[in-house]
Amino acid sequence: MMEQVAVILPIALPLATMAISLLAWNSFAAQEVIGVAGSALLLLSAAALMWLVDRDGILVLQVGSWPAPFGITLVADRLSSIMVMLAALVMFAVSVYSLATIDDRRVDYGFFPLIQLLLMGVCGAFLTGDLFNLYVWFEVMLIASFVLLTLGGERGQLEGAIKYVALNLVSSAAFLAAIGVIYAATGTLNMADLAVKLRSFPDEGIVSVLAMLFVIAFGTKAAVFPLFFWLPASYHTPPVAVSAIFAGLLTKVGVYSLIRAFTLLFVTDLEFTHNLLLLIAGLTMVTGVLGAMAQTEIRRILSFHIVSQIGYMLMGLALFTPLALAGSVFYIIHHIVVKTNLFLIGGVVERRFGSGRLAEIGGLQHSMPVLAILFFLSAMSLAGIPPLSGFFAKLTLIRGGLETESYAIVAAALVVSLLTLFSMTKIWAEAFWKPAPNVDVPIVSVNSLSPLRRLALLGPIVLLVTVTVGIGLLAGPVMTMSYATAEQLLDSGAYIEAVLPDYQDPAFLRDETHP
Amino acid sequence: MDIALAVTVGGLYAAGIYMMLRRSVVKLLIGLGLLSHAANLLIFTAGGLVRGRVPVVSDGQSQPLAEIADPLPQALILTAIVISFAVLAFALVLIYRTHQTLGTDDLDQLKATDT
Repeated sequence: MMEQVAVILPIALPLATMAISLLAWNSFAAQEVIGVAGSALLLLSAAALMWLVDRDGILVLQVGSWPAPFGITLVADRLSSIMVMLAALVMFAVSVYSLATIDDRRVDYGFFPLIQLLLMGVCGAFLTGDLFNLYVWFEVMLIASFVLLTLGGERGQLEGAIKYVALNLVSSAAFLAAIGVIYAATGTLNMADLAVKLRSFPDEGIVSVLAMLFVIAFGTKAAVFPLFFWLPASYHTPPVAVSAIFAGLLTKVGVYSLIRAFTLLFVTDLEFTHNLLLLIAGLTMVTGVLGAMAQTEIRRILSFHIVSQIGYMLMGLALFTPLALAGSVFYIIHHIVVKTNLFLIGGVVERRFGSGRLAEIGGLQHSMPVLAILFFLSAMSLAGIPPLSGFFAKLTLIRGGLETESYAIVAAALVVSLLTLFSMTKIWAEAFWKPAPNVDVPIVSVNSLSPLRRLALLGPIVLLVTVTVGIGLLAGPVMTMSYATAEQLLDSGAYIEAVLPDYQDPAFLRDETHP
Repeated sequence: MDIALAVTVGGLYAAGIYMMLRRSVVKLLIGLGLLSHAANLLIFTAGGLVRGRVPVVSDGQSQPLAEIADPLPQALILTAIVISFAVLAFALVLIYRTHQTLGTDDLDQLKATDT
C-alpha cells in the first residue's frame, strides 16, 4: 500500500499544490508559501520513492486495479525514481528562486499554479508505463510550458514562443502518428506488453519505421541534431526562473523517453537504430558547442550548451553497454543540477546589470565574490574538471566508448568538452574577471533586496552548488547507483515481469481484433 | 474503405506540411491543425475498420463472438482531439497577441530571437 501511494504521490502532490494555490488566487503571499511548501513535500516524497525502489525493485501501480495491459499502469523503476527526484530538486530550487525574481504581474497571471502543472506533467511522463499516457503527460507539460513561456507577453517571448509551439506541436503529431501505427501493428500500447510483442514481431521493416518515428518525436523534444533549433530561439526569452526550469527538465523528458524506448522497445535491430543514435549524438554535441561559441549573451550560450550536452546523454544510450548507460544516467543527474544552477546564476547577473550581453557586464569578481565562486564551481563542473560531478560523468562515458572501441565518438566527446571549457571561461572572463565597463548601465545592487528575498535569490544557487560538489565527492555511491540503474534498464525481463506478472498466460497475449 | 481513408490521411499530411511551409503565421496554424487531424484519422484507420459492430460482449460469453469495432482507437482519438483543440486555441491567442505586438504575420520577420 505504501509503495503504491509513493508511486502516485509525485503526480498527486503537484496537482494538489496547484489546486490549493488556485484557491489562494487573490493572495500572492499565500501562493508563494503554498508553492514552496508543495515543492518541499514533493522533494520528500521523491526521496521516499527512491528509497522504496532501491529496497523493493520496480514498483507498479495498476490504476483502478485493472491489470496491465488493459488498464493504466504507473511504473517506478530506478531511472524513473531518479528523474522524479531530480525534477523535485529543480522545482524546489526554482520555486524558492522565483520568490525573489518573478514580478507581480506574472504572479497575478498564475505563475505559481502553472509551474506546479508543469511539474505534474514532467513527473507523469517519468512514471507512466503506457505510450498513450506518455503522450498525454507530454501535452500537460507542453501546455503549461507554452503559457509559462509567453507569460508577460514581451516581444521576444512571443517570437520565441511561435517557434517553440510550432515545433513541439509537430513533434506531438509525429508521436501521435507513431502511436497509431504501433497500435495497428501490435494491438497494445502498454510498454511492457509492447516490449514482449515487438521482440517477436515478424516484420522488421515496420519496427524500424516505428523506431524512426519515435526518434523524430522524442528527438524534437530532446532537442537533438538536426531538430534542436527551436530551443536556442526560445529558451533565453522568458524570465530566468522559467528558463532554468525548462533547461533543467523539459529536454530531459525527451531524453528519458528515448532511453525508455530504446532500452525497452526497440532493441531488436541494434545495428541500425543504435548506430543512428550514435551518429545523432555526435552531431548534436558538435553543433551545439559550435553554436554556443558564436554567442555573446549568457543565456544564449547556456541554451546552446543544453543541446550539446543532450549529445552526451544519447552517447551512452547509443553505445548500449552497462558502463556507457551508467555514464548517461550519471550525466543526466549531473547535468540537470548544474544547468539549472548556471541559469539561476545567469539570472542574478542579468538582474544586476539589466542585461546578459557579455560586452555590457563585468567586474563581478570584486562586487560579488561569493557568486563568482559559485559560478566558477558550476562552470567547471559543466566543463568536466575533476573533482566535480561533470568529470566523473564524462569519464564514465568515455570509458564506455573506449570499451566498445567507438573512437570517433570518444574523440568528439573530448573535443566538445574542451570547447565547453572554452565557452565557460569566456563567460568567466567577461562577466567576472574583466573590469566593469563604463557604459551607462544602471547597476542594481542585490543588497537592496530585503534579507529574506536575498536568501531566496542566493539560497537555491548555494543548494545546487552543494549538490554538484556533493555528487563529485560522493562519486562512488552515485556511480554504483547509476550502474545499478543501467543494469536494470538493460534487463527488460524484470520490467516486463513487474508490469505483467503473468504474461506467459496465453490469454494475455491473445489478439482477436488484430489478426 | 481503408484505401479511401489512407488517401485522405496522406492528403491531409501533404496539405498540412504545405501550409506549414508558407510564410504566414496563420497558415502555419492551419497546417498544424491539419497535421493533428491527419494523425487522428491515421489512428482511426490503423485501429481497424469494422462496420456496424458494437464492442459489446453478450450475456454468458467471455469474449465477443464476431469481430467488433475496437473502441480503444476511438477513445485515443477523443483524447487527442480534446488536447489538440486546447492547444490550437492557445496558439490562436498566441498569434493574435503576436500580431498585436509585432504588427506582422510574416514568419520571416520574426527574427529577433534567432541566432
